[in-house]
Amino acid sequence: MSLQVINSPFNKEQTELLNQLLPTLNEQQKIWLSGYLAAGTDSGSGAAQEIEAEETAVKTRHVTLLYGSHTGNCQALAEDFSGRLKENGLQVSVEDMDRYKPKSLKKEEDLLIITSTHGDGDPPDNALSFYEFLYSRRAPKLDGVRYSVLALGDSSYEYFCQTGKDFDKRLEELGAERFVERVDCDLDYEEEAEDWINKVVHSLGTAAEEKKGKTAPSPQAAGPVYTKKNPFSAEVLENINLNGRGSNKETRHLELDLEDSSLEYEPGDSLGIYPINEEKLVDQLITLMQWDPELSVTLNKDGEVRALREALLSHFEITVLTKPLIEKLEPFTSNEKLQEILASKETLQTYIEGRDLLDLLADFGPWELGAEELIQQLRKIPPRLYSIASSRKANPDEVHLTIGTVRYESHGRPRLGVCSGQCAERMEPGGNVSVFVQKNSNFKLPEDGSAPVIMVGAGTGIAPYRAFLEEREELGAEGNTWLFFGEQHFTTDFLYQTEWQRWLKDGVLSRMDVAFSRDNEEKVYVQHRMTERSRELFEWLEAGAYLYVCGDEKHMAKDVHQALVSIVQRESGRSLEEAEAYVADLRQQKRYQRDVY
Amino acid sequence: MTKSEQPSHQTQGPPDVMEKIKEDSRLLRGSLVESFQDSITASIPDDQTKLLKFHGSYMQDDRDIRNERKKQKLEPAYQFMVRVRLPGGVATPEQWQTMDELSDQYGNGTLKLTTRQTFQMHGILKWNMKKSIQRMDQALLDSIAACGDVNRNVMCNVYPDQSDVHREVYEWSKKVSEHLLPRTRAYHEIWLDEEKVADGREEEPIYGPVYLPRKFKIGVAVPPSNDVDVFSQDLGFIAVIEDDQLAGFNIAVGGGMGMTHGDENTYPQLSRVIGFCPADKIVETAEKVVTIQRDYGNRSNRKNARFKYTVDRLGVDWIREELESRLGWELEEARDYNFDHNGDRYGWTKAADGTWHHTFFIQNGRIKDEKAYQLKSGLRKIAGIHEGDFRLTPNQNVMIAGVTDAKKEEISAVIDEYGLTDGRQNSALRRNSMACVALPTCGLAMAESERYLPSLIDKLEDILDEYGLSEEEIIIRMSGCPNGCSRPALGEIGFIGKAPGKYNMYLGAGFAGDRLNKIYKENIGEEEILQELRQMFKEFALNRSEGEKFGDFVIRTGYVKAVSSGTEFHSS
Repeated sequence: MSLQVINSPFNKEQTELLNQLLPTLNEQQKIWLSGYLAAGTDSGSGAAQEIEAEETAVKTRHVTLLYGSHTGNCQALAEDFSGRLKENGLQVSVEDMDRYKPKSLKKEEDLLIITSTHGDGDPPDNALSFYEFLYSRRAPKLDGVRYSVLALGDSSYEYFCQTGKDFDKRLEELGAERFVERVDCDLDYEEEAEDWINKVVHSLGTAAEEKKGKTAPSPQAAGPVYTKKNPFSAEVLENINLNGRGSNKETRHLELDLEDSSLEYEPGDSLGIYPINEEKLVDQLITLMQWDPELSVTLNKDGEVRALREALLSHFEITVLTKPLIEKLEPFTSNEKLQEILASKETLQTYIEGRDLLDLLADFGPWELGAEELIQQLRKIPPRLYSIASSRKANPDEVHLTIGTVRYESHGRPRLGVCSGQCAERMEPGGNVSVFVQKNSNFKLPEDGSAPVIMVGAGTGIAPYRAFLEEREELGAEGNTWLFFGEQHFTTDFLYQTEWQRWLKDGVLSRMDVAFSRDNEEKVYVQHRMTERSRELFEWLEAGAYLYVCGDEKHMAKDVHQALVSIVQRESGRSLEEAEAYVADLRQQKRYQRDVY
Repeated sequence: MTKSEQPSHQTQGPPDVMEKIKEDSRLLRGSLVESFQDSITASIPDDQTKLLKFHGSYMQDDRDIRNERKKQKLEPAYQFMVRVRLPGGVATPEQWQTMDELSDQYGNGTLKLTTRQTFQMHGILKWNMKKSIQRMDQALLDSIAACGDVNRNVMCNVYPDQSDVHREVYEWSKKVSEHLLPRTRAYHEIWLDEEKVADGREEEPIYGPVYLPRKFKIGVAVPPSNDVDVFSQDLGFIAVIEDDQLAGFNIAVGGGMGMTHGDENTYPQLSRVIGFCPADKIVETAEKVVTIQRDYGNRSNRKNARFKYTVDRLGVDWIREELESRLGWELEEARDYNFDHNGDRYGWTKAADGTWHHTFFIQNGRIKDEKAYQLKSGLRKIAGIHEGDFRLTPNQNVMIAGVTDAKKEEISAVIDEYGLTDGRQNSALRRNSMACVALPTCGLAMAESERYLPSLIDKLEDILDEYGLSEEEIIIRMSGCPNGCSRPALGEIGFIGKAPGKYNMYLGAGFAGDRLNKIYKENIGEEEILQELRQMFKEFALNRSEGEKFGDFVIRTGYVKAVSSGTEFHSS
């Protein structure tokens, strides 16, 4: 249809020119032209264009409606209102607060919150995580986000609508702009809720043309490069014990802030931590030797100087005894028994087992040993490496770790792993820890996202698989995934249980088999579960699956390896040698990767 | 109203989602088998939990650690409660021993005697459910229809003056219970590995494929004891004894305790007597009443679905006419009866047949061993020597019945050895107290109940002592939520939880379970509770009339108005 004065906003001259031009344009040219014209609408031309521009602006804004609901009222309202918003041409997504990724918060444009209040002013269960996130130090600045809150409650309670009030206040504190005043509803909430949504719809409609100009992030100034030699001091964001009450285990989930570190890592890499010795241990040692904790000692060849206490805390290893160390210290004591210990391998080994420097100094005095002299004999404290449990794509400025606490008693003293003990007892959120990234090219996801992946891990060996799945979720990788996990008890030791459950539901994880060794009379481990699924497991391998094993070498990886060889034997009719060759070939092709310790 | 004018099943609006779940369940099978095989979660899906109730089990979790576990990225500590079907609360010593052992092996080491005269076992993990139910089955116990939209455990009086009549009344209760059992073999297939019934080969002649709109409760009382709180039942039978013979039963319809805070369309209600039937007509009568509720109950709003709302909506007269029409015969006029109490009689009593009964005081029905009080072990030992039966009372206590003179001595020795109490050293208030389970396992609880009431009573006892009221029988009941498992609306003093540490306080129920109480204060904490009750107890001690019960006193002195029907429960 050609343009006429009556069916277009153009005058006669314009319509003639346009009618000449338009039929000559090909598709690409038309598209280009429409984009060109649309981009320049602020010059202010006809009314039709203005309307179009406004509609475009409406479409670019996105409304997120989050609900916290205990009895289902808020959920029902949220679902109803989302329909209403959509009818008004708005893009809306509705989510249960529990399902919402708080990290998306700073990207929100228009945020609507509908929440009830539970009990004595507490958030409903499914709002709790989001609530705590907002009130945590990790809550982002929300400049540019607009929001409004609808609160449901029961005025017979003292803290009427408290959760709604809290959200309202906190969002404001974080810099978000309240575009419709909060409404607090009593048990008979329907009318007031209706008023609120009408205001919201009205306001979103009229405010729509204020296009939000997202400023591009300013390029980061080139900062220092952090390495093993120059570790980054990362703030601890979160430190959780993953084991439930009554567990024999303690496994720490640590979240560290890497913002401004420009540290990069891939799933499968490790993070190094420089631990700090236990203060109590250092103090006991200094007291035993009657040294001055403030005495200056030389750290290294460069002549760096620290107070003795600080040096023992942060720079030297005092929890492990070695033969060279004992030999070096032997001349400083007149106690002949130390000679005897050093006389044979067996006596030395027996002594070293479960003892530390404090034991040695206490057991073999009197010493003629100065603090500086001791320091010169000690090893630098080595960093501990942990498989990273997060994907950087999913957590851009963070790194997560899964650390099993080592705790035992020996020779009359409770002992703690240096680093794991620090993580368990001396690493509060807000504190800092020195870290660096250790690449591990031998534990990497297949480049082809459609290749099947089998992951086997026990205990903290599960860590890199969390990173794998986070990464695959971000990438939208399509290949099947299968996780085998083992621990002691289902109820208390199912590490990251709710996360695997979510991934199973969302299809990021295709299947999962678990082995809890102490829940039944007969002990069941991951290799037993693999053997039970022998046929399918072999089919996966034949279909090109990548198999990963992570965790304890002595107790798990060896048994898993044997199970794997047996599975290949049984399912393919190969001989033992042939099956071993098959597995060796998998390894050669990088389809059998291990991170064992 | 004639048949052609029948109201539709759905009084308003579309059926509740639960109706669809039942309909699609293939007579209560659903996907329970598959759900119990899923090893990644200790829970089962939400819709399956609703079907599981019909099998006598609720999925619960330890709410004390729910938020803690959430932070730990662990799912809630899911566990299952199994409620036994035990008509009239009668169990053999062997059955007692089975439950005792099971609670140690798979449960949380305790047993709860419920306000409906049965055992509840808490804390069973998913993987142990089948084993638990199979062990119960070996002891001839089941949990079919102990929960769900069906007739629940049939209650029956445990304190007959005449043992023969009790036996007869109990047998009728059992027949009613058995007659109203669902006919589906789902329970036997799922838990007991019975061979599968071919599709379409089964039906539910009484219930139909969607069962009842809501739970249904039946209780049988033998005057003068109203221990079963017969008026709190959807359907109550009051035994009429003439010339030492059971003549039949008065029929009472439309009682129930549950309500929803803030929703005045919901309320507790007492049943109303509509007539009398001969003893041998009780099963038939029960069935027809159930079918009226099946056909006329509200299936679109579960909060308004109990039989009491059906009765109040259609009228007592209409119910009677409809019942008579379904029965094909007319009810006789109700006979006289008189209740004088609803509590238990503790200690040893001698029955007409010369045997002895002994009732133990079990605080809130919780059977457990504590360092200083080895209740569970003591009762286990008695179960090993007792030859009569155990009777779980509607007040959460337990009675050992049918003890011969010869055995009495042996049992008394065990009672002494373990110091098993008949409550005598407690105040009469404590002996007349009841609390539901509530936190941490009950998913509905808004406030503590079982874990809190004893300590509240400690404090009230001090006050009662001060005013010389320690031996005054006052019924005090607490529920963690308005569903009212401890029948709080029949407490002379009633508490219903609203939030942690906060309760609505009700006053003025009848001592014989014949009058509802009324709200006195909303949302108050312990300090205020004690303050209010101190004042009332003081006045009660000074100004009560001769023999006046506390529930009557608070009405006479104007603390609350008397409630004559549940429909006025909320009116001011």
